[in-house]
Amino acid sequence: MCLAIPGKIISLGDDPAHSALIDVVGVRRRVDVSLVEPDGIGPGDWVLIHVGFAMSKLREQDAIDQLRMLTVLGETEAAMEEVRGYSADVDDPQPKEHSSP
Amino acid sequence: MKYIDEFREPELISKTAEEIRRLADPGRHYRMMEVCGGHTHAIYRFGLKGLLPPNIELVHGPGCPVCVLPMGRIDDGLSMAADGNVIFTAFGDMMRVPGTHGSPLEHKARGADIRIVYSPADALKLARANPGRHVMFFAIGFETTAPSTALTLMRAKAEGIRNFSVFCNHVTIIPAIRAILDSPDMRIDAFIGPGHVSTVIGCRPYEWIARHEGKPIVVSGFEPLDVLQSVVMLLRQLQRGEAKVENQYRRVVSWDGNRAALKAMAEVFTLRSYFEWRGMGFISQSALALNDAYADWDAEKRFSIPGIRVTDPKAAQCGEVLKGVLKPAQCKLFGNECTPERPVGALMVSSEGACAAYYLYEHRKNMLVAIPA
Amino acid sequence: MAAASTKVRFRDAQIEMAHGAGGKASRRLIEGLFAPILFGSSSEPLGDAAHISMNGTRLAITADSFVVSPLIFPGGSIGELAVNGTVNDLAVSGARAETLVVTFVLEAGLPTEVLETEVRAMGRAASAAGVAIAGGDTKVVEHGKADRMYITTAGVGRLIPGVQCSARSARPGDVVLLSGPIGDHGITILLARGELDLEADLCSDTRPVLPMVEALAEAAAPGLRWMRDPTRGGVATALNEFARDCGLGVFLYEDQVPVRDAVRGACELLGLDPLHIANEGQFLAVVAPEYGNRALKSLQRTEGGYGARIIGEVREQPACAVLASTTYGGTRIVDMLVGDPLPRIC
Repeated sequence: MCLAIPGKIISLGDDPAHSALIDVVGVRRRVDVSLVEPDGIGPGDWVLIHVGFAMSKLREQDAIDQLRMLTVLGETEAAMEEVRGYSADVDDPQPKEHSSP
Repeated sequence: MKYIDEFREPELISKTAEEIRRLADPGRHYRMMEVCGGHTHAIYRFGLKGLLPPNIELVHGPGCPVCVLPMGRIDDGLSMAADGNVIFTAFGDMMRVPGTHGSPLEHKARGADIRIVYSPADALKLARANPGRHVMFFAIGFETTAPSTALTLMRAKAEGIRNFSVFCNHVTIIPAIRAILDSPDMRIDAFIGPGHVSTVIGCRPYEWIARHEGKPIVVSGFEPLDVLQSVVMLLRQLQRGEAKVENQYRRVVSWDGNRAALKAMAEVFTLRSYFEWRGMGFISQSALALNDAYADWDAEKRFSIPGIRVTDPKAAQCGEVLKGVLKPAQCKLFGNECTPERPVGALMVSSEGACAAYYLYEHRKNMLVAIPA
Repeated sequence: MAAASTKVRFRDAQIEMAHGAGGKASRRLIEGLFAPILFGSSSEPLGDAAHISMNGTRLAITADSFVVSPLIFPGGSIGELAVNGTVNDLAVSGARAETLVVTFVLEAGLPTEVLETEVRAMGRAASAAGVAIAGGDTKVVEHGKADRMYITTAGVGRLIPGVQCSARSARPGDVVLLSGPIGDHGITILLARGELDLEADLCSDTRPVLPMVEALAEAAAPGLRWMRDPTRGGVATALNEFARDCGLGVFLYEDQVPVRDAVRGACELLGLDPLHIANEGQFLAVVAPEYGNRALKSLQRTEGGYGARIIGEVREQPACAVLASTTYGGTRIVDMLVGDPLPRIC
């Protein structure tokens, strides 16, 4: 249920419909992208793949934000407050919706 | 590997582990349940337990769709394979799961046409390529996997592929969490929420856990940094006496989930009124079946299955381990009658079941063998 | 130092694929059925080759069988596997292969062209490895009774002077070396079967490891404790067998184990562990610590050995087990599998 892995879209395909060729560090497979097409996808985008279907489009900014938050762990409270202002608010249960590019 | 290596960065992991040690109140014992089997697997694979202070206990939840499948259902699926015209397809996870008369691999050794597929789409492909045979796909998994089965069935219907059916054993995660919380000996303080199920259902379905049960829940990714950061977020909530749903896995999970996936599921599936979960008993509205529009592709309607209930021996204490009352090694059968090679109960059946994961990755660390001179 | 021993009884009612996968089930079959009946009361751990004495000359002898589908795959074919596999079994037992005999079990209907291709491949591989193929046997079975072609080999070689390998000579502090990246062969075969629809620029690593073994012997023979080629069951199985045979533990630096990107990618996608995947052109060696660097350099300077790494060390605990550790301190036991590794989705 849980084994899903990020892969990069190399090309979108017509055969079969709603498919894309993805690459995972040199391993390539056709996956079904019906579930992420509404988000708008194209070559170079990263998607999460599970049983041959793309489940979600990866959001690079969120990944960067998360890593940045971890980088400043252990520093002063004040510094952390500042960081929280930049990234999506950790304490807000209704995070701001990220619009897909 | 992008989006993977960054989340396994050793320095950040040390930093986050340090923060956990700083935040954990030494006077308190924390019990955090990771719901999903994939998290159980990640915790053991990356040795995360060893990075946590001793007063944070990780309890392994019921989110292993292979483990919770009753043996009777495996027998039902295998009974279809007895028909020489049928090609039985399933994920690799199912192949060693014992039925009453052996596992799928053992049935294959005796001549049944049983094949591993990586995707339900591959099973449909087999059906297209073998018009004279019938391909049956043994579907398992939570909401992460159900949309893929749904899309495959929609494709089968659209293309008029009749020699294909699905034996649907998809289960849903919320009723399982509810069953854990409803049980009287429940002792969980907080939840590490299933990351990939949430890509489909979003974070909203967990709100009742925070609001009505007062337990914090953080939807978590599967890399070491993800799990550790989720523990940090849970500790902060527990420290402040808060109970909220938080999304740690933002790069993948959106609050509303995947609308297209939910739509596909609604198109194809209906909720069963109840379903048996191995080790947990019958849970209402916890599993999916194909709806009437897809009756022609429903293996349960195409084949007459024995439908015999097979119960686990009373000595198997799976239920207690699932709820965190017992640790795997405390079950009387653990390591003796019940091992990953010869599993007696649910949690030993798949490598992400609590007992199997502990057995494979951990418990020999604690067995110091005396070496004769 | 005696090995922790457990009495093994083979109780399975029928033979399953798992019994041939090189993991726990295989070991149970060998130790529980074959060994008690055929191998007498020898208390020596079972190795890749047997060392025998004939008229005062010490020889190594081994036998092996090759069953692979598809017959031809990126990087090699069954014929090459057969020759290299036999040379390697002898090499890791400390012997230089000299002569092979080969038998074929052929399925009726097999195109001659296919057979000829394999025979030529074997000839080339034998030349490259410096071994002679002295003879053999052929049987043909009905269509459907053999997966196109099965090849069995037996090989004989002379012991490399100065090399005396035995798991029991290992001591805590010994260093574990690996000759190069793992998983190439097993993943190549998995992809070549075509059932998983994955494509990658990968090929089998099949090759004779003898040149590397000889370099290692030259540099470190007095400190060379044990060698094994991690074929079916992978590095995990080979090291677990070593740990059980010597009664010590292996501490593996997981981040030091070389794995190519494409192997990693395929393993992540399918939920497999590279440590469990078969290799046909690599070997493991355990050497005394004072020989560690010398041994590593000698491998890295040998053609094909530049990927060699020190991947772990021998410790007292956990005895008879392999413990892998990541750079951030997370540890896990690495067990041998029961049967073949299977892709998973959970």
